[in-house]
Amino acid sequence: MSEDDVVARLRSGMTIGIGGWGSRRKPMSLVRAILRSDLRDLTVVSYGGPDVGLLCAAGKIRRLVFGFVSLDSIPLEPHFQAARQRGAIEVTEYDEGMLQWALYAAACRLPFLPARSGLGSDVLAVNPELRTVRSPYDGTELVAVPALRLDVALVHLNRADAAGNAQFLGDDLYFDDLFCTAADQAYVSCERVVPTAELEAGGLTRLRVHRWMVAGVVEAPGGAHFTSCAPDYERDERFQELYAAAARDPERWARFAATYLGGGEAGYQAAVGALRAEATS
Amino acid sequence: MTGVQETGLREAGSELIGAAASRAEVCIVACAEAWRGDGEIAASPMGLVPTAGARLARATFEPDLLLSDGEARFVAGTWALGEPAPGPVEGWIPFRAVFDLAWHGSRHVMMSPAQIDRHGNANISAIGDYARPARQLLGVRGAPGNTVNHPTSYWVRRHLRRVFVPRVDMVSGVGYDSAAAAGTVACAFLDLRRVVTNLAVLDFGGPDHGMRLVSVHPGVTVDDVIAGTGFELAIDGDVPDTRQPAAAELALIRDVIDPSGLCERDLRG
Repeated sequence: MSEDDVVARLRSGMTIGIGGWGSRRKPMSLVRAILRSDLRDLTVVSYGGPDVGLLCAAGKIRRLVFGFVSLDSIPLEPHFQAARQRGAIEVTEYDEGMLQWALYAAACRLPFLPARSGLGSDVLAVNPELRTVRSPYDGTELVAVPALRLDVALVHLNRADAAGNAQFLGDDLYFDDLFCTAADQAYVSCERVVPTAELEAGGLTRLRVHRWMVAGVVEAPGGAHFTSCAPDYERDERFQELYAAAARDPERWARFAATYLGGGEAGYQAAVGALRAEATS
Repeated sequence: MTGVQETGLREAGSELIGAAASRAEVCIVACAEAWRGDGEIAASPMGLVPTAGARLARATFEPDLLLSDGEARFVAGTWALGEPAPGPVEGWIPFRAVFDLAWHGSRHVMMSPAQIDRHGNANISAIGDYARPARQLLGVRGAPGNTVNHPTSYWVRRHLRRVFVPRVDMVSGVGYDSAAAAGTVACAFLDLRRVVTNLAVLDFGGPDHGMRLVSVHPGVTVDDVIAGTGFELAIDGDVPDTRQPAAAELALIRDVIDPSGLCERDLRG
């Protein structure tokens, strides 16, 4: 499939989970395809990074479910900040662990999972729909983290076969498997599609996304750019700085968007390549 | 079980350097002291000075601490801020395992709040009206879970009234009053240890777990701290100075942990 094929299966108003973590191994080429689409009113669920920022900037998000949004080496995401400070998006803000629990409950087809995390914090105050539950064993009161079912999950891994068996080669799977199993349909983009027979050599314990979880595979070399996709590539810090600086200034953002986001994924990768060539010349 | 750490510097020397120690070095040692007595748990420092402190604590008086490389590995040894950890790697801790660790309780985090109040409520999420914040920050991250699951300390780079506020705008890290209002489960493991700032060390040993001034850094007065604090601090009699770094601690900071003076610059900048 192509990125645009995946986006053609999405609908406005859907709840879309995005894998990765902060500015790490984000399915950016799929996010860029959403930017080019007429999708709107999305509920986005993410351990957020520039995926959230770009979707905020394009006005695609109605509600964001998050624990944080950060570019990691640049702590605050400027587009997300601006969207919040304009009151442009609705939010459901959870503790990071609560978000994992919400996805896990959905993946296990449970209505909720009990948690200590959240008690006493304003997470319960700003999300008045959250309920507590009393343990039938010792009577203690815990947060009942509700299952967070996703219509679609989008994740980016290092390798996959054509059937959707996918492998992370870096140090952390993040929660990509949970995003996939919490979703009705999961789409995997990857750096390289390989024959199934090559997967085991990459490490059996890294083979954590399975074809039963996955509805489609997109081969997307550089698809996580400018986030990290170790060991294939590290975060493009220089490009991220360019992105963040542009995001803080409407005129610069218009130029950035015209240069990098106007011409499809091939256009994006070509513009990034041109910038890199300019830097090394 | 206890790992073997061949630092050769486990016992910091007792010789005092006095005026030779910079404010940043005093702060690093004051942060290190947060982990004293913790034993074999993970120290999770956020920010440069806390990170230097955690490395110093392990290299000296708290050798059994586990420290991550900031990504997904527990790494032994002592290494410089801003440099890759040379290893050896002693464990794999992807984010999922960090959550497990937190919920198990074998962790002591030091976070950097944008706001903190007398009861230890801390805000890293958003400043102002939540629906439309004057300043959106990171989000609550793991602060709600961290605070109700395991020991938590805080590092504040600038001791100012806009940080030390009567009431935080969004309770991310849970304070003693919020936990008490939420019930026994929220209180069971709440353990706010200390707040280290550029001026002082504070804890929650005041009446009703109120914030208390423990020590002022050399050259800082109690009035300086009061002037930077937007609520009434508990103060028991004469407030001592924060202890000076020992010679061995200074050597470790200068030669191994922060040879390029990143903490110094962070504190000034």
